[in-house]
Amino acid sequence: MKKDYIGILVLICCVSLVPFFIQNNYYIGVFVFTGINCLACIGLSLLMGYAGQISLGHAAFIGIGAYSSAILTVTYHWFPWFAILAGVVFSVITALCIGIPALRLKGHYLAMATMGFGSIMHIVAVAAIDITAGPSGISGIPKLSLFGFELNTDVQFFYFIWFVVILGLYLAINIIHSREGRALRSLHGSEDAARAMGIHTSMYKIKIFLFSAVYASLAGSFYAHYVNYIDPDPFGVMHSVLLLTMVAVGGIHQLWGAVIGAILLSLLPEFLSSLTEFFDSFNITYQTDYDTIIYGSILLLIMLFMPEGLVKGISTFYKYTIGRYLIPKHETK
Amino acid sequence: MTDTAIELIGLKKRFGGIFAVNDLNIKIRSGTITSIIGPNGAGKTTVFNLISGFIKPTTGSILFSEQNITQKEVHDIARMGVARTFQQVQIFPEMSVLENVMVGRHVRSKSGFLLSCIVPPQFRKQEAFIKTSAEKWLSFVGLNSMADHPAGTLPLGNQRILEISRALAMEPQVILLDEPASGLNARETLALGELIERIKMSNITVMLVEHDMELVMEISDRVIVINFGQVIADGSPAEVQMNPEVIKAYLGE
Repeated sequence: MKKDYIGILVLICCVSLVPFFIQNNYYIGVFVFTGINCLACIGLSLLMGYAGQISLGHAAFIGIGAYSSAILTVTYHWFPWFAILAGVVFSVITALCIGIPALRLKGHYLAMATMGFGSIMHIVAVAAIDITAGPSGISGIPKLSLFGFELNTDVQFFYFIWFVVILGLYLAINIIHSREGRALRSLHGSEDAARAMGIHTSMYKIKIFLFSAVYASLAGSFYAHYVNYIDPDPFGVMHSVLLLTMVAVGGIHQLWGAVIGAILLSLLPEFLSSLTEFFDSFNITYQTDYDTIIYGSILLLIMLFMPEGLVKGISTFYKYTIGRYLIPKHETK
Repeated sequence: MTDTAIELIGLKKRFGGIFAVNDLNIKIRSGTITSIIGPNGAGKTTVFNLISGFIKPTTGSILFSEQNITQKEVHDIARMGVARTFQQVQIFPEMSVLENVMVGRHVRSKSGFLLSCIVPPQFRKQEAFIKTSAEKWLSFVGLNSMADHPAGTLPLGNQRILEISRALAMEPQVILLDEPASGLNARETLALGELIERIKMSNITVMLVEHDMELVMEISDRVIVINFGQVIADGSPAEVQMNPEVIKAYLGE
């Protein structure tokens, strides 16, 4: 637990330095999206890594958050923070509706239910033109303001979103190390034993599912208020899969895995686009469609060689290579 | 505290065409060690699964301290004070040994999900209390030196003891031990017998399903032999050993 708090301090230092090294607003924006993904991934990691349940519809909760914010502020002129809150309430209600039937059953019913839910929500967003404006999207979503102080610049929003991410991470870490967290981890270890310990397993699964839906919903609302325009595109099932990939790449059994995975995979497209120029110099055209192949191979390689994810994989690698020479042998055990 | 800890009344459980448990009427006196023995497939584990609520009986009822628990959920029965271990060790492998036992304190502590995020002072206090009581039960079984090891890395014998320790941390009135000696070597079995007797001394009723006859005969106050889901002998270890029905069931005719 102490390690986690130190990790948070390190993260705060890294994050606060980013705007000093990167002046370009575009790249600050990339880091804002990274933060938004981080937030959603932390919630997903709580659900997947600690409660052992898979959600393939998290993008839909992001969508609910985003659309609630957009519709309530643009059409009904709500105050943005109330709209965000309403989004959270909607997400919790929908999560309850899916979670109660799906999580009372053993096994991966939640994965199936959420996948179906994800595609339904996407279709609704595209087709319910009167409410969501369909594929043309909703524009003119107001910027967020904090204590009467509008978050105008990218750097301001950057600090805001990472503050939220770190707060979210801090809360999640506290949960993991509490009685509630132990109950969650135990039902991942052995559901029967957890029940015999007096743990109401389906209740815990539902609770953590709601909790992760709240994270996703907030991520969606902040996305809407940052970009000021939304359309159904980013809330499809593919984005759910991408979030899942982020969590899996970082390592599902650690919250830090979600953070690292989200950062790496959110920054990857930028790296890949610079690769385009590199390939151009060899007269090979690199198309953005190839990104999918790269995502796929990264996931495949991680699953093959580091099934516990990058965070665990690298620390094990360190222990058996460099660590061997740094720490006297009898202590490495 | 009532004199009868567990009472089974006309308990039947049918799986398809066969009765795994067929009309059991048993009263378990509190503060005793009762062993249920019988050939493989006699329905011993089914009895435990019925008492702990993992499966529901076809007919009949189960009373715990004179309260009907027949239709109650597993976690409610656990909360009321019935702990159990499993034939196939069911520990939480990724958690530390101490954390495993701390999960056992679940029913003896309270917390709210949202409050856990911000850790108010009374939670820290409770957390410290959960930890000390878990440590107490860990040293009760003698595993305290391994508190920080991941539970999955323990040898099987220790995992079984850990499972018992975790169940004891619930401070139950009744503990159901399902084949605790399987996979244990002779010395470990001896220590287990001594542990079970100490559990009895702490006023916990023990029910035991076990194949190790030496252990059963050594520590039991009462032995119930079942075959095809029915009681064929019931009495003190010495009485049961002399019973011709039992010899027939075990050795065949």
